[in-house]
Amino acid sequence: MQISGAQMVIEALIAEGVDTVFGYPGGAIMNVYDEIYKQDKFEHILTRHEQAAVHAAEGYSKASGKVGVAMITSGPGFTNAVTGLADAYMDSIPLVVISGQVPMSLIGTDAFQEIDAVGISRSCTKHNYLVTDAKDLARILKEAFYIASSGRPGPVHVDIPKDVTAQIANFDYSIELDLETYKPHTKGNPRQIKKAMEAIAKAKRPLFYLGGGIINSNAAYAVRDFVHATGIPAVETFMARGTLSYDDEYLISMLGMHGSYAANMAMSETDLVIGLGARFDDRVTGKLSEFAKNAGVIHVDIDPASISKLVNADYPIVGDVKGVVEEMLKLSSNINPAKYASWRDTIKNFDTLHPLTYHEDTDRLKPQWVIQRVGELLGDDANISTDVGQHQMWSAQFYPFTRPRQWISSGGLGTMGFGFPAAMGVKVASPDKVSINFTGDGSILMNCQELMTAVEQKLPVINIILNNNYLGMVRQWQTLFYEKRHSETDLSVQPDFVKLAEAFGGIGYRVTTKDEFDAALKDALEKNIVAFIDVVVERLENVMPMVPSGGSLFNMMLLEKKEKK
Amino acid sequence: MEKSERRVISVIVVNEASVLSRITDLFSGRGYNITSLTVAPIPDTKYSRLTIVTSGSVRVIEQITKQLHKLIPVLKVYEHADLVEKEMALIKFPASENITDIATLCSAYNGKIVNVGDNVIIAMVADEPKRVDNFLKIINKYNPKEIVRSGAVALER
Ligand SMILES: Cc1ncc(C[n+]2csc(CCOP(=O)(O)OP(=O)(O)O)c2C)c(N)n1
Ligand SMILES: [Mg+2]
Repeated sequence: MQISGAQMVIEALIAEGVDTVFGYPGGAIMNVYDEIYKQDKFEHILTRHEQAAVHAAEGYSKASGKVGVAMITSGPGFTNAVTGLADAYMDSIPLVVISGQVPMSLIGTDAFQEIDAVGISRSCTKHNYLVTDAKDLARILKEAFYIASSGRPGPVHVDIPKDVTAQIANFDYSIELDLETYKPHTKGNPRQIKKAMEAIAKAKRPLFYLGGGIINSNAAYAVRDFVHATGIPAVETFMARGTLSYDDEYLISMLGMHGSYAANMAMSETDLVIGLGARFDDRVTGKLSEFAKNAGVIHVDIDPASISKLVNADYPIVGDVKGVVEEMLKLSSNINPAKYASWRDTIKNFDTLHPLTYHEDTDRLKPQWVIQRVGELLGDDANISTDVGQHQMWSAQFYPFTRPRQWISSGGLGTMGFGFPAAMGVKVASPDKVSINFTGDGSILMNCQELMTAVEQKLPVINIILNNNYLGMVRQWQTLFYEKRHSETDLSVQPDFVKLAEAFGGIGYRVTTKDEFDAALKDALEKNIVAFIDVVVERLENVMPMVPSGGSLFNMMLLEKKEKK
Repeated sequence: MEKSERRVISVIVVNEASVLSRITDLFSGRGYNITSLTVAPIPDTKYSRLTIVTSGSVRVIEQITKQLHKLIPVLKVYEHADLVEKEMALIKFPASENITDIATLCSAYNGKIVNVGDNVIIAMVADEPKRVDNFLKIINKYNPKEIVRSGAVALER
């Protein structure tokens, strides 16, 4: 079929089954936008900032498991999108991001809106392409989707000069891909799996260390089966929340810097770490030399480079977590859950000693209460996105997650401004669930222009602003480690969030009591339009427990004990 | 601190635009050293071969090879244990220096005089990098004006 490069982009997206593209037009990508105008096979959602387009595509991908697609123009359009690419790269989110570029004849001349886009995206994408001839477009786009979604997923960037989108060439999307140099290893080595199972059978205090790779590989239900069959207790990383249901008897909690005392102590006392799709991130391990010091390590991961990168794996298994766990489950019949009863009791005692909780000891609402309350009221009916800061950690700690892909948060990059656009993408992917974004008074201003998109597209995201008038997480570190010098973190000067939401045609509430909060949430759900609920919360609350940066997991700062009133 | 070792890594890559930047970006982005890097197409294929001399602890070297492998256009990565390694050096001497002495020294290092002009003599040696180091030390007394080294190339035995 002889068509233009721009038409090829459309045909490829249709062939890939894309139903939604998030984007923002401009000079270099106009040929493609002209073809978007002419077609009716997929939706285009115009965000109000390119960063938001990519975050929305991330949210869409995380909630649906499909490849997210964003489209932007050259120069500033592209540079605005870089944060989104980096975010997706750090959290292994499959995206295809298509950018316009100045015409081939102008590349290298410092032309208007020219920037070396592939040069910039190289270090924050799984792979990238500069397309130099329309005859390559079918292959490149097909490769882009394949590379984004296979192996360890990640964002792929395709930069297309304007003259290439105008060029007429042959298009055949049925071509077979021949990627001689890219063959992701997906099946775990059976001998290694057997050895790992022998190690599990011998261990006295084994511990599942569940990571975000489980969610990416759709392995959560296989992992649930495996955990239940063995009775081995489990901790989850921040990225893995929802792998086990919050009420699963074998789930301890989240581990790491703001993990629970019991989870971190379990990791410190275990004799065998069973790492599934986790990458031993520094926010999880604390001081490496003290991490799970006396334990053997089984490490299952699709990315060979993640294995033994930080913690030496005694039983490395390269493969897709889902397949590997299914194989492990088959070999687990000799494991009797009763065997670990006393180990589980030990962990329960840790939890009784220092449970994950907070004190309602101030007049102002506690942010943790708000999160728990949403959990009580909506629970499984909501998908939860967040921005970055204290509110994010409290959400990870206190929301009662019941399923994979319910939890959408920027883990690796920690991008303030992620939450709202991501929650829009989540709503597009999962329209039957309520889309909640727990955000902060700092973060929400980093993409609040998306109120316009949400109004236009009728995406009733409920943004719950846990308003402490601070860049709270930074303020917490200043309080604890900088002798309370609160440098540039006081956000006493604020917009009227209610009016802000209303100015765009959304709805706003400012609440200071529990009853007001319940009423606002109820009303927002009924009105079914994008909402800001500005919740005035305790200003100086700290996220606890906390492993100070570089400290050992077992040396936590703990919540002060209070007498029950 | 883990002990840092010198290592030679060969990388076979698809011969395409920006593949070299992908590799050098990986080294700079992750804080790995490059002592030398050579690259040339492999005859009659669509591939090029890079030879990278680097240094790092065993763990770092393992990460380097794994990270290189992850790059999409990389076909193979060899971390050499048992290899033949050669490096070339060109050295410019003033014409006033003793050409016979220089020529004799060169021949002991697989080299020779390759150019004699009115003002300068140019010599070439091709040997193991360590021996090239040695050679360059020895010829210091002949007042070399300019030295250029090619970086190492290597083949597994
Ligand atoms: C784009 C970006 N800039 C800066 C930071 C550093 N940072 C991390 S948390 C935080 C404070 C966030 O404040 P807020 O959104 O009000 O959340 P809170 O911690 O108060 O709940 C900052 C500035 C970041 N993560 N991302
Ligand atoms: Mg705040």
